[in-house]
Amino acid sequence: MRLRLVPAETNFDFFRYRKITSAISIVAVLLSLLAWMVLGLNFGIDFSGGTSIRTESPVAVDVGGYRDAIAPLGLGDVRITEVFDPTFGADRNVAMVRLQAQDGQESVTADTIEAVRVALTALDPELVFSSVESVGPKVSGELVRTALIAVTVALGLIMVYIWLRFEWQFAVGAVAALFHDVILAIGIFSVLQIRFDLATIAALLTIIGYSINDTVVIFDRLRENLRKFKTKPLVEVMNLSVNETLSRTLMTSGTTLLALIALLVLGGDVIRGFVFAITWGVIVGTYSSLYVAKNIVLQLGVKRDWSKPDADAGTQFGDSAP
Amino acid sequence: MLQIPTWKRIVIWALVACGVLLSFPNLFYSRVELHNDAARVVEATGVETPEVAADLAGWPGFLPSGLVNLGLDLRGGAHLLAEVQVEDVYADRMRGLWPDVRNALRAERAAVGPVRRVDGPAGELRVRIGEAAGMERALDVVRDLARPILSLTGVGASDIDVRAEGDVLVVMLSEAEMQATDNRTLQQSLEIIRRRVDEVGTREPTIQRQGAQRILIQVPGIGSAAELKALIGTTARLTFQPVVGRTGDPQANAGVGNIVVPSIDEPGTFYIIEDRVVVSGEELTDAQPAFDQNGRPAVNFRFNPTGARKFGEYTAQNIGSPFAIVLDGEVISAPTIQSHIPGGSGIITGRFSVEDSTQLSVLLRAGALPAEMTFLEERTIGPELGQDSIEAGALACMIAFGAVLVFMALSYGLFGIFANVALILNVAMLFGLLSLIGATLTLPGIAGIVLTIGMAVDANVLVFERIREELRSAKGPARAIEQGYERALSAILDANITTFLVATILFTLGSGPVRGFAVTLGLGILTSVFTAIFLTRLIMVTWFERARPRTIEV
Repeated sequence: MRLRLVPAETNFDFFRYRKITSAISIVAVLLSLLAWMVLGLNFGIDFSGGTSIRTESPVAVDVGGYRDAIAPLGLGDVRITEVFDPTFGADRNVAMVRLQAQDGQESVTADTIEAVRVALTALDPELVFSSVESVGPKVSGELVRTALIAVTVALGLIMVYIWLRFEWQFAVGAVAALFHDVILAIGIFSVLQIRFDLATIAALLTIIGYSINDTVVIFDRLRENLRKFKTKPLVEVMNLSVNETLSRTLMTSGTTLLALIALLVLGGDVIRGFVFAITWGVIVGTYSSLYVAKNIVLQLGVKRDWSKPDADAGTQFGDSAP
Repeated sequence: MLQIPTWKRIVIWALVACGVLLSFPNLFYSRVELHNDAARVVEATGVETPEVAADLAGWPGFLPSGLVNLGLDLRGGAHLLAEVQVEDVYADRMRGLWPDVRNALRAERAAVGPVRRVDGPAGELRVRIGEAAGMERALDVVRDLARPILSLTGVGASDIDVRAEGDVLVVMLSEAEMQATDNRTLQQSLEIIRRRVDEVGTREPTIQRQGAQRILIQVPGIGSAAELKALIGTTARLTFQPVVGRTGDPQANAGVGNIVVPSIDEPGTFYIIEDRVVVSGEELTDAQPAFDQNGRPAVNFRFNPTGARKFGEYTAQNIGSPFAIVLDGEVISAPTIQSHIPGGSGIITGRFSVEDSTQLSVLLRAGALPAEMTFLEERTIGPELGQDSIEAGALACMIAFGAVLVFMALSYGLFGIFANVALILNVAMLFGLLSLIGATLTLPGIAGIVLTIGMAVDANVLVFERIREELRSAKGPARAIEQGYERALSAILDANITTFLVATILFTLGSGPVRGFAVTLGLGILTSVFTAIFLTRLIMVTWFERARPRTIEV
């Protein structure tokens, strides 16, 4: 007996609740944007500049004590957070110490690090710095710019590719779905205040890659079915295409999620934020290729007669199809 | 139906075998690493000690020995991004030009009157001339000092721009010369950093130029970025200069042609020295850590013949007076010349520790940096943290791998097992490719591999689902398999090309760990498309030819 995520033949009406799913998507996007504006993002040193020190000690972390020890050094804004991870034993206590970028310096000086080390080891002699990272304001500014360019170029290139391979309506639908995914991902980073750094941007681009993959597979089937059923209303052809590819969509999301969850649980805290972003993106991406991308294509309508390359584009809802 | 020509089968299996063979050394990472290090030692020195021979024998020489490099976040080490202050060199050039300009203008004293250097921004030489009317003549004279330079854009350009501002003559480097100088400065800095890092003898440091003014330095295995900075951030400009006097006041009036510099080991003490270099570190041929007659750490040095002659002459003429040994604008020591030193060798003493003297000699041997550097970014990752990350990543990979294998087998039965064989070979080929191009594996890179494992089955899933559909429309198994592949192809290609576009962008715009992720993601797409379109199909067809089933269940 085979494991089947969905029955062999499905006939769900994915467009019945079109209005509701559209509304959910729009509200989710708006809430994400709101969170982004109100709560902001917890930028890592890659984007805000400054120094991040990871401390490890067999003795429990005393956040208040650390803060009091560092305060007399006059390093400006110091943020201390304890890191929890299921893979840590009781004798492994990790904290992150964030120092703001110091005036007049690019990266942190050895003296500053040494002063912090002396202050903290006075409190806990067994404490060690397992990593120290420092980014100067000059580089962090450039990294922000590069990240923005990367996301924009990725979206642009995908749009052009889909446009070339399909139709402009598909390109608009696909890119709208991508914006939807990226904004929802940024939203969850803002709500949960997960550190947002260069790796997060890589995660966002991965989400874009994954989500477009999903969308393209369904579009491909839609294109094929549009050629096959020239008179069927567009909404029915779309429903058929989604149903036909549903098994594949869920299989692939399933295996990808299996792999990602293993990494999320066991991969350690260093990349947890990164993996979390991708996992969230896979879930949202699957949803968006089922609903967002196609709702938009449905709204825009598509060219129906694929046999003639230069037929007029865009017959609304296919009701005037030959 | 379902025919694959023999040559194609051979090519496919050969490629898979290559991939697996290339990935093989990674299973014996530490042994192969020892072997590679030993091979490098033998190549460099030509000597084979018993230990080296033992390491060398740890891995057979006929097998490939390329390994996936581990990134700093996995191995531990230090990362620095340095910006070279190229403007320093402009100022140096102007300082060097001043005597020539002065002499040339003095020869024209009748026309231009007395000349005097006035203060200006660094990188500009400003000279006030006595007779404003003689400016034209002065400009001509100074322009005669310009040397033509060769450049792609400026044919017939010269190395300096000379202009007049009232009665002040302004000399600065021309645009083209600045570019050429920047280039030279960066090349020199790279070379000197490389020599300094090599002197310490760490494994596989990365020293790369980035953009116009920056240098990226990654050294695995070094304790901290601070250590690395101390090693490469020191300009190590060593000069021997005549001493005029000592003072406790940093603002003391030094007099014309003299400067005040602090003492390195006596706080509050300053030396007034002549701004004239007797001999500089560039004329050193060797420097070694040593001990002085009192058994304190010191540095022995030797000059080249010209340096030795200058040093000999100077010491002969100035017996009894002190001279200063100045390193990067601080006086290390100011001994009194006891006698004529003819041989060109000497000893630098000061309040050194053994580490100090070793480091100073390394710096002196490698040469001085042409310009100062500021550090824009630094990262230190402890080796334990890297080890933890590898272990966590490997465990997660294994579990993810196992879960996907079971899931596929449960979902597609025999065909799932075909896909699983392909998936295992896929990961092996991915490692093979990474080793072949000497890619660097980072922690996000491991995440990229896990993601590849999850997504690699996608192409197979597309095909299998398609075969299922074709079977439903009552086609024979052979026809269904063939059509399944044919019809799924466009979806596979479109889906993977778009993801590959994203990986390419990540690679071009990303740096460090993100780039590592882009590499594994991109190569993972290549290998998974290859295995899905060619390998799984070949396995399936081979099985089909043997079994000749009347019906199949996917």
